[in-house]
Amino acid sequence: MTAPTYDLGKLHGGLRLPGHKAISTTAPIRDVPIPSQLVLPITQHVGDPAQPVVGMGDRVLKGQVIAEPDGTLGAPVHASSSGKVIAIEPWPVSRRYGDKAPCIIIECDGEDRAIENDSRWEDFLSLQPADLLLRILDGGIVGLGGAVFPTAQKLMQARTCKIETLILNGVECEPYISCDDMLMRERAAEILSGAQILMHAMQLNSCYIAVESDKPEALHSLGDALAELGDERLVLKQVPTIYPSGGEDQLVQLVTNREVPSGGLPTDVGCLVQNVGTAAAVHDWVIKHEPLISRVTTVAGDGIANPMNVRARIGTTIADVVKFTGGYAEQADHLIIGGPMTGKSMSTDRVPLVKATNSILVVLKTSFQGRELACIRCGDCASVCPIQLLPQQLFWYTCADNEVKLREFGLIDCIECGCCDLVCPSHIPLTANFKIAKGRIQELADEKGRAERARRRFEARNDRLEQERQDREAELAQQKESAKRAGPAAIAEILKRKQKPREDD
Amino acid sequence: MEFARRPSPYWSARVAVPSLMLQVLAALVPAAIAHVWFFGPGFIFNLLVASIFAVGGEWLMMVLRKRPPEAALTDYTALVTAALLAFAVPSLTPWWVTATGALFAIVVAKHLYGGMGFNIFNPAMAGYVVILIAFPMHLNLWIAPRIGDIDYQYLTVLQTLKYTLTGSLPDVLGFDAVSRATPLDVMKSGLNGMRTVNEIRANPIMGDFGGRGWEWIGNFLAIGGFWLLVKKIIRWHIPVGVGVGLLLPATIMYLVDPGSNPSPGFHLFSGATILCAFFIATDPVSAATSPKGRLVFGFGIGILIYCIRTWGSYADGVAFAVLIMNMAVPAIDLVTRPHIVGHDRKSDNS
Repeated sequence: MTAPTYDLGKLHGGLRLPGHKAISTTAPIRDVPIPSQLVLPITQHVGDPAQPVVGMGDRVLKGQVIAEPDGTLGAPVHASSSGKVIAIEPWPVSRRYGDKAPCIIIECDGEDRAIENDSRWEDFLSLQPADLLLRILDGGIVGLGGAVFPTAQKLMQARTCKIETLILNGVECEPYISCDDMLMRERAAEILSGAQILMHAMQLNSCYIAVESDKPEALHSLGDALAELGDERLVLKQVPTIYPSGGEDQLVQLVTNREVPSGGLPTDVGCLVQNVGTAAAVHDWVIKHEPLISRVTTVAGDGIANPMNVRARIGTTIADVVKFTGGYAEQADHLIIGGPMTGKSMSTDRVPLVKATNSILVVLKTSFQGRELACIRCGDCASVCPIQLLPQQLFWYTCADNEVKLREFGLIDCIECGCCDLVCPSHIPLTANFKIAKGRIQELADEKGRAERARRRFEARNDRLEQERQDREAELAQQKESAKRAGPAAIAEILKRKQKPREDD
Repeated sequence: MEFARRPSPYWSARVAVPSLMLQVLAALVPAAIAHVWFFGPGFIFNLLVASIFAVGGEWLMMVLRKRPPEAALTDYTALVTAALLAFAVPSLTPWWVTATGALFAIVVAKHLYGGMGFNIFNPAMAGYVVILIAFPMHLNLWIAPRIGDIDYQYLTVLQTLKYTLTGSLPDVLGFDAVSRATPLDVMKSGLNGMRTVNEIRANPIMGDFGGRGWEWIGNFLAIGGFWLLVKKIIRWHIPVGVGVGLLLPATIMYLVDPGSNPSPGFHLFSGATILCAFFIATDPVSAATSPKGRLVFGFGIGILIYCIRTWGSYADGVAFAVLIMNMAVPAIDLVTRPHIVGHDRKSDNS
């Protein structure tokens, strides 16, 4: 086993949260069987929705592209199993914004026939980096840490910057979630192979694999795999178990001690961050030609009868996944997609598991206590804020709706990690407040942008009118001048011509 | 299956304001017992009066402001204000004096500014300053501590209660028989009388550092304060700020001229220094809010305490120092904002 290194940067604040991960990591990842129906949203990534390329009644095969990317930013969607397209219609989804989105609904035939693939590019090193990127694009691979940014486009954007290091994010800092942990334990070699592919695509010579200290088994299996691989460009780094060290910018700060500039990307400080799950997906696609049609997800929480990690086909409904694990516990009050800190609460379990779904969490009402009191400015929120904001001041300004101050105090930089909520002795829903305020600021900015564009159009028109007027005057002056030069006879000639009615009038 | 929705995060804090306030009250208990030991049962009567009027004022204001009164009464902040006021007034204080202070603290300083979380001034200190100015005679009537060989006429529990209720002493006793100047008063008048510090310290009311008895209350307050620090109910910035702000000028002046400047230890253990550092100035609502800001806030209070004690006309200056620094909080908060991660360090604080 290769020993992990520790030299790390500093992260302000953060919280040591109870992990609740032991119970879901006792058994290996289990495979959820093919459901009777798959629900595949055409938008499972950041960017433009993919366009369906199949119609009602079409038979599709496992791994077949059923929606092609459209626009500058996007990823294809593949059928997760074989069957018949029975509908393309709005369906409840777990997206961050909005409750329903267009989905392709496939009735599975249970045969799970895969599409023929003749091309196997096992030797990715023989491929040009640009070709490799295009190939990754076809795999429908997106960031599996939860942000679901199309991986190929992220790499292409990074190619335009000076990148020094690839950082593989194995820091699963939210409580309950353990899908990356299990993946690292079971598929360490594939993750490292994915890292090598990414490094070749980016022409990089350095890769850090960052894993939290509360995952000794994952560290061990990665260490073993590294020793076997013998690639010295890859270095295992153990980072402290502090929430939210797994945030992209926070991880960069921890690993490289560089601050990602406000409004910027890790690429601005020479880093490219990819989730370990994404690396494994890249390996599966490039080496084994398996597109992203399934993922590991954690099913946990007090409202779940048997917490565990499962591998499910993308498009399996949450209800099917939970049923496979053994159903809900007696009491199940809230269904959350994602972790307990930043996840999204769902009103129904009809929503499908998508590429972003790293956790299905069911919690009880009793997890919440205390009524909201006035802020006493104790500052506990500021001491845990990883961005070093002053949530108590931001809260004050959100109450006053003071946009200028909110900007000045860095509301835009808030990563919505929820640390401030958790320590607030007055139980103020700070993060929810900040999300709303951010939305309002965005709205105002959009409105301003629209007004600004309208103003510019108006001014441009005025400028053109003014220019036309000046041109006319100049022309007139020129005519006068030339007439003067031509003498009185010519002037009389012109006047005569002017008095004569024009024929084309 | 259908579920109820709610915003993230899906956990909530294990601490709550009411429990914080109860812990602050608990931290005051050892010092309260010491207070009763050295200065008699008057403290208990004052605490009762202050609590009744603070809680009553809170209830009244919540009703007048058309808000649920139980919301304010169950957070125990009014009781903390009452306790701080009880520590600030002499153990022999007529009830109407204490009541005025408690009512002003809650009704004016707290609720007229918007209630809990919105008050600019420390309520207890605002209430104390009002009664200090309105009833100067009553607030200078400190009895001598029950310690050592100090010639002292003790009051019984009933006599103390009678004084609290009526403001009159038993017929046989005059004020001079029961009251003593505080160590800070003795020091101030002594220095004004051109006596040296050593001559003044020969007075039997003086102890090792501050005044006898007073020092012990200070010790117990410090123990309570450290307990709050350990429990992370208060943070170190303000106590350290106050300490440095007071001891820095005190040490310099003492080193320059020990004959006419009392020692730093005297400043630390006299008057309300320790109460201020751990319990008064640390009221988060009216203090600066960032760590750096709190250091500045505490330092300013320390400096002001020293200035008022040394050159002002009042013997102690804690209440004034706190109120003055309360006024400075918005400015301090503006210039001590921490660096936001990802922002240009040079353009911060501009």
